Amino acid sequence: MMEPIFFYGFGGLAVVTALLMVTRVNPIASAVWLVVCFFAFAALFITLEAHFIGVIQVLLYAGAIMVLFIFVIMLLNIGAEELKARTMQFSGLLGGLVTIYLIVLITLGLLKNPVRFFEPLTEGYGYVAPVGRLLFTKYLVPFELTSVLLLVAIVGSVVMGKRKL
Amino acid sequence: MMITLTHYLILAAVLFCIGVFGVVVRRNILIIFMSIELMLSAVNLVFLSFSRYLGTQDGHVWVFMVLTVAAAEAAVGLGIIVALFRNKQTIYVDEVKELKG
Repeated sequence: MMEPIFFYGFGGLAVVTALLMVTRVNPIASAVWLVVCFFAFAALFITLEAHFIGVIQVLLYAGAIMVLFIFVIMLLNIGAEELKARTMQFSGLLGGLVTIYLIVLITLGLLKNPVRFFEPLTEGYGYVAPVGRLLFTKYLVPFELTSVLLLVAIVGSVVMGKRKL
Repeated sequence: MMITLTHYLILAAVLFCIGVFGVVVRRNILIIFMSIELMLSAVNLVFLSFSRYLGTQDGHVWVFMVLTVAAAEAAVGLGIIVALFRNKQTIYVDEVKELKG
Protein backbone atom coordinates (compact mmCIF):
# COMPACT_ATOMS: atom_id res chain seq x y z
CA MET A 1 0.00 0.00 0.00
CA MET A 2 1.42 3.35 -1.08
CA GLU A 3 -1.34 5.52 0.39
CA PRO A 4 0.21 6.13 3.86
CA ILE A 5 3.51 7.20 2.24
CA PHE A 6 1.72 9.67 -0.03
CA PHE A 7 -0.54 10.94 2.76
CA TYR A 8 2.23 11.55 5.29
CA GLY A 9 4.74 12.78 2.69
CA PHE A 10 2.53 15.28 0.93
CA GLY A 11 0.50 16.14 4.04
CA GLY A 12 3.70 16.97 5.92
CA LEU A 13 4.98 18.96 2.94
CA ALA A 14 1.71 20.93 2.82
CA VAL A 15 1.82 21.75 6.55
CA VAL A 16 5.52 22.76 6.49
CA THR A 17 5.17 24.97 3.40
CA ALA A 18 1.97 26.53 4.79
CA LEU A 19 3.83 27.42 8.01
CA LEU A 20 6.71 28.86 5.97
CA MET A 21 4.17 30.83 3.91
CA VAL A 22 2.58 32.59 6.91
CA THR A 23 5.92 33.37 8.60
CA ARG A 24 7.99 34.82 5.71
CA VAL A 25 8.51 38.59 5.74
CA ASN A 26 8.95 38.94 1.97
CA PRO A 27 5.65 38.42 0.09
CA ILE A 28 7.48 36.91 -2.93
CA ALA A 29 8.95 34.14 -0.74
CA SER A 30 5.49 33.61 0.75
CA ALA A 31 3.93 33.28 -2.72
CA VAL A 32 6.53 30.75 -3.88
CA TRP A 33 6.03 28.62 -0.74
CA LEU A 34 2.27 28.78 -1.35
CA VAL A 35 2.84 27.43 -4.89
CA VAL A 36 4.71 24.44 -3.39
CA CYS A 37 1.85 24.02 -0.88
CA PHE A 38 -0.71 23.94 -3.72
CA PHE A 39 1.32 21.26 -5.53
CA ALA A 40 1.21 19.17 -2.32
CA PHE A 41 -2.56 19.77 -2.19
CA ALA A 42 -2.88 18.54 -5.78
CA ALA A 43 -0.97 15.35 -4.86
CA LEU A 44 -3.32 14.80 -1.89
CA PHE A 45 -6.34 15.31 -4.17
CA ILE A 46 -5.00 12.69 -6.58
CA THR A 47 -4.41 10.32 -3.62
CA LEU A 48 -8.13 10.79 -2.89
CA GLU A 49 -8.87 9.60 -6.48
CA ALA A 50 -9.92 13.10 -7.57
CA HIS A 51 -7.78 13.16 -10.73
CA PHE A 52 -9.63 15.94 -12.55
CA ILE A 53 -9.67 18.25 -9.52
CA GLY A 54 -5.96 17.57 -8.93
CA VAL A 55 -5.11 18.71 -12.44
CA ILE A 56 -7.40 21.74 -12.09
CA GLN A 57 -5.70 22.61 -8.79
CA VAL A 58 -2.31 22.80 -10.50
CA LEU A 59 -3.62 24.67 -13.54
CA LEU A 60 -5.84 27.18 -11.75
CA TYR A 61 -4.29 27.70 -8.30
CA ALA A 62 -0.58 27.03 -8.75
CA GLY A 63 -0.73 28.37 -12.30
CA ALA A 64 -3.19 31.20 -12.82
CA ILE A 65 -4.00 32.59 -9.36
CA MET A 66 -0.44 32.51 -8.00
CA VAL A 67 0.95 34.07 -11.18
CA LEU A 68 -1.59 36.88 -10.67
CA PHE A 69 -0.38 37.26 -7.07
CA ILE A 70 3.29 37.40 -8.04
CA PHE A 71 2.45 39.83 -10.86
CA VAL A 72 0.73 42.19 -8.39
CA ILE A 73 3.57 41.91 -5.84
CA MET A 74 6.08 42.82 -8.57
CA LEU A 75 3.81 45.65 -9.78
CA LEU A 76 3.56 47.22 -6.30
CA ASN A 77 7.38 47.20 -6.07
CA ILE A 78 7.65 47.50 -2.30
CA GLY A 79 11.07 48.71 -1.18
CA ALA A 80 13.28 46.55 1.01
CA GLU A 81 13.25 49.10 3.84
CA GLU A 82 9.45 48.91 4.10
CA LEU A 83 9.50 45.12 4.43
CA LYS A 84 9.53 44.36 8.08
CA ALA A 85 7.59 41.81 10.06
CA ARG A 86 4.72 44.07 11.06
CA THR A 87 2.86 42.55 13.98
CA MET A 88 1.29 43.83 17.17
CA GLN A 89 3.14 43.13 20.41
CA PHE A 90 2.72 39.50 21.53
CA SER A 91 0.30 38.92 18.63
CA GLY A 92 2.42 36.07 17.26
CA LEU A 93 2.48 34.30 20.62
CA LEU A 94 -1.21 34.90 21.28
CA GLY A 95 -2.26 33.95 17.74
CA GLY A 96 -0.11 30.82 17.91
CA LEU A 97 -1.67 29.74 21.19
CA VAL A 98 -5.20 30.33 19.87
CA THR A 99 -4.36 28.39 16.69
CA ILE A 100 -2.96 25.41 18.64
CA TYR A 101 -6.04 25.48 20.90
CA LEU A 102 -8.29 25.47 17.83
CA ILE A 103 -6.38 22.54 16.26
CA VAL A 104 -6.52 20.50 19.50
CA LEU A 105 -10.23 21.26 19.90
CA ILE A 106 -11.11 20.15 16.34
CA THR A 107 -8.86 17.06 16.56
CA LEU A 108 -10.40 15.91 19.85
CA GLY A 109 -13.86 16.45 18.38
CA LEU A 110 -12.98 14.38 15.30
CA LEU A 111 -11.40 11.57 17.34
CA LYS A 112 -14.66 11.10 19.25
CA ASN A 113 -16.30 9.78 16.10
CA PRO A 114 -15.93 6.11 15.09
CA VAL A 115 -13.12 5.32 12.63
CA ARG A 116 -14.41 5.46 9.05
CA PHE A 117 -12.50 3.49 6.42
CA PHE A 118 -12.55 4.29 2.72
CA GLU A 119 -14.49 1.77 0.62
CA PRO A 120 -13.25 0.49 -2.75
CA LEU A 121 -14.52 2.66 -5.58
CA THR A 122 -16.28 2.02 -8.86
CA GLU A 123 -14.28 2.12 -12.08
CA GLY A 124 -13.81 5.62 -13.54
CA TYR A 125 -14.31 7.52 -10.26
CA GLY A 126 -13.02 11.07 -10.44
CA TYR A 127 -12.32 11.07 -14.17
CA VAL A 128 -13.30 14.04 -16.32
CA ALA A 129 -16.35 12.34 -17.93
CA PRO A 130 -18.39 11.51 -14.78
CA VAL A 131 -17.59 14.83 -13.10
CA GLY A 132 -18.50 16.71 -16.28
CA ARG A 133 -21.73 14.74 -16.61
CA LEU A 134 -22.73 15.74 -13.07
CA LEU A 135 -21.76 19.35 -13.77
CA PHE A 136 -24.03 19.56 -16.83
CA THR A 137 -27.03 17.63 -15.49
CA LYS A 138 -27.60 17.70 -11.73
CA TYR A 139 -25.62 20.89 -11.05
CA LEU A 140 -26.48 22.83 -14.21
CA VAL A 141 -28.11 25.78 -12.40
CA PRO A 142 -25.18 26.39 -9.96
CA PHE A 143 -22.82 26.05 -12.93
CA GLU A 144 -24.69 28.74 -14.86
CA LEU A 145 -24.80 30.97 -11.77
CA THR A 146 -21.00 30.64 -11.63
CA SER A 147 -20.81 32.42 -14.99
CA VAL A 148 -22.79 35.33 -13.51
CA LEU A 149 -20.32 35.43 -10.62
CA LEU A 150 -17.40 35.60 -13.06
CA LEU A 151 -19.14 38.45 -14.94
CA VAL A 152 -19.53 40.33 -11.64
CA ALA A 153 -15.83 39.75 -10.91
CA ILE A 154 -14.85 41.14 -14.34
CA VAL A 155 -16.98 44.26 -13.86
CA GLY A 156 -15.69 44.66 -10.30
CA SER A 157 -12.04 44.46 -11.28
CA VAL A 158 -12.58 46.96 -14.13
CA VAL A 159 -14.18 49.40 -11.68
CA MET A 160 -11.35 48.82 -9.17
CA GLY A 161 -8.78 49.50 -11.88
CA LYS A 162 -10.11 53.02 -12.58
CA ARG A 163 -7.63 55.78 -11.94
CA LYS A 164 -10.03 57.88 -9.86
CA LEU A 165 -12.19 55.85 -7.50
CA MET B 1 -1.66 1.20 8.88
CA MET B 2 -4.69 2.37 6.98
CA ILE B 3 -5.39 6.00 6.14
CA THR B 4 -8.96 6.79 7.21
CA LEU B 5 -11.33 9.69 6.74
CA THR B 6 -10.31 11.11 10.15
CA HIS B 7 -6.67 11.44 9.03
CA TYR B 8 -7.67 13.65 6.12
CA LEU B 9 -10.09 15.71 8.23
CA ILE B 10 -7.40 16.38 10.86
CA LEU B 11 -4.89 17.37 8.15
CA ALA B 12 -7.45 19.75 6.63
CA ALA B 13 -8.21 21.22 10.08
CA VAL B 14 -4.48 21.83 10.72
CA LEU B 15 -4.05 23.55 7.34
CA PHE B 16 -7.19 25.65 7.87
CA CYS B 17 -5.94 26.76 11.29
CA ILE B 18 -2.57 27.77 9.81
CA GLY B 19 -4.56 29.95 7.41
CA VAL B 20 -6.48 31.45 10.36
CA PHE B 21 -3.13 32.13 12.07
CA GLY B 22 -1.92 34.01 8.98
CA VAL B 23 -5.07 36.14 8.82
CA VAL B 24 -5.02 36.94 12.54
CA VAL B 25 -1.32 37.64 13.04
CA ARG B 26 0.07 39.11 9.80
CA ARG B 27 -0.53 42.75 8.90
CA ASN B 28 0.65 42.47 5.28
CA ILE B 29 -2.51 42.47 3.16
CA LEU B 30 -0.96 40.23 0.46
CA ILE B 31 -0.10 37.52 2.99
CA ILE B 32 -3.55 37.80 4.60
CA PHE B 33 -5.00 37.23 1.14
CA MET B 34 -2.76 34.21 0.48
CA SER B 35 -3.81 32.75 3.85
CA ILE B 36 -7.44 33.00 2.73
CA GLU B 37 -6.54 31.01 -0.41
CA LEU B 38 -4.91 28.39 1.83
CA MET B 39 -8.10 28.15 3.92
CA LEU B 40 -10.19 27.67 0.75
CA SER B 41 -7.89 24.84 -0.33
CA ALA B 42 -8.19 23.16 3.08
CA VAL B 43 -11.98 23.25 2.71
CA ASN B 44 -11.60 21.65 -0.74
CA LEU B 45 -9.66 18.83 0.92
CA VAL B 46 -12.60 18.20 3.28
CA PHE B 47 -15.03 18.16 0.34
CA LEU B 48 -12.91 15.60 -1.52
CA SER B 49 -12.36 13.40 1.55
CA PHE B 50 -16.09 13.12 2.20
CA SER B 51 -16.67 12.55 -1.50
CA ARG B 52 -14.16 9.67 -1.43
CA TYR B 53 -15.75 8.26 1.74
CA LEU B 54 -19.30 8.38 0.37
CA GLY B 55 -18.23 7.14 -3.08
CA THR B 56 -20.05 9.95 -4.89
CA GLN B 57 -18.62 12.70 -7.09
CA ASP B 58 -20.86 15.55 -5.98
CA GLY B 59 -18.05 16.93 -3.82
CA HIS B 60 -15.87 17.30 -6.92
CA VAL B 61 -18.47 19.58 -8.49
CA TRP B 62 -18.58 21.74 -5.37
CA VAL B 63 -14.78 21.97 -5.33
CA PHE B 64 -15.08 23.23 -8.90
CA MET B 65 -17.44 25.96 -7.66
CA VAL B 66 -15.06 26.88 -4.81
CA LEU B 67 -12.20 27.19 -7.31
CA THR B 68 -14.30 29.57 -9.43
CA VAL B 69 -15.13 31.68 -6.38
CA ALA B 70 -11.41 31.74 -5.46
CA ALA B 71 -10.48 32.94 -8.95
CA ALA B 72 -13.13 35.69 -8.87
CA GLU B 73 -12.03 36.67 -5.36
CA ALA B 74 -8.39 36.85 -6.43
CA ALA B 75 -9.23 39.11 -9.39
CA VAL B 76 -11.34 41.57 -7.36
CA GLY B 77 -9.18 41.40 -4.22
CA LEU B 78 -5.93 42.11 -6.05
CA GLY B 79 -7.70 45.00 -7.81
CA ILE B 80 -8.60 46.37 -4.36
CA ILE B 81 -4.99 45.93 -3.17
CA VAL B 82 -3.63 47.83 -6.20
CA ALA B 83 -6.19 50.63 -5.66
CA LEU B 84 -5.29 50.76 -1.96
CA PHE B 85 -1.57 51.00 -2.75
CA ARG B 86 -2.20 53.71 -5.33
CA ASN B 87 -4.19 55.85 -2.88
CA LYS B 88 -2.36 55.18 0.41
CA GLN B 89 1.13 53.89 -0.60
CA THR B 90 0.89 51.08 1.94
CA ILE B 91 0.12 47.37 2.02
CA TYR B 92 -0.14 47.15 5.81
CA VAL B 93 -3.69 46.94 7.13
CA ASP B 94 -2.86 48.66 10.41
CA GLU B 95 -2.07 51.86 8.47
CA VAL B 96 -5.55 51.93 6.91
CA LYS B 97 -7.75 52.91 9.82
CA GLU B 98 -9.80 55.94 8.75
CA LEU B 99 -13.01 53.99 9.33
CA LYS B 100 -12.02 53.10 12.89
CA GLY B 101 -14.67 54.52 15.29
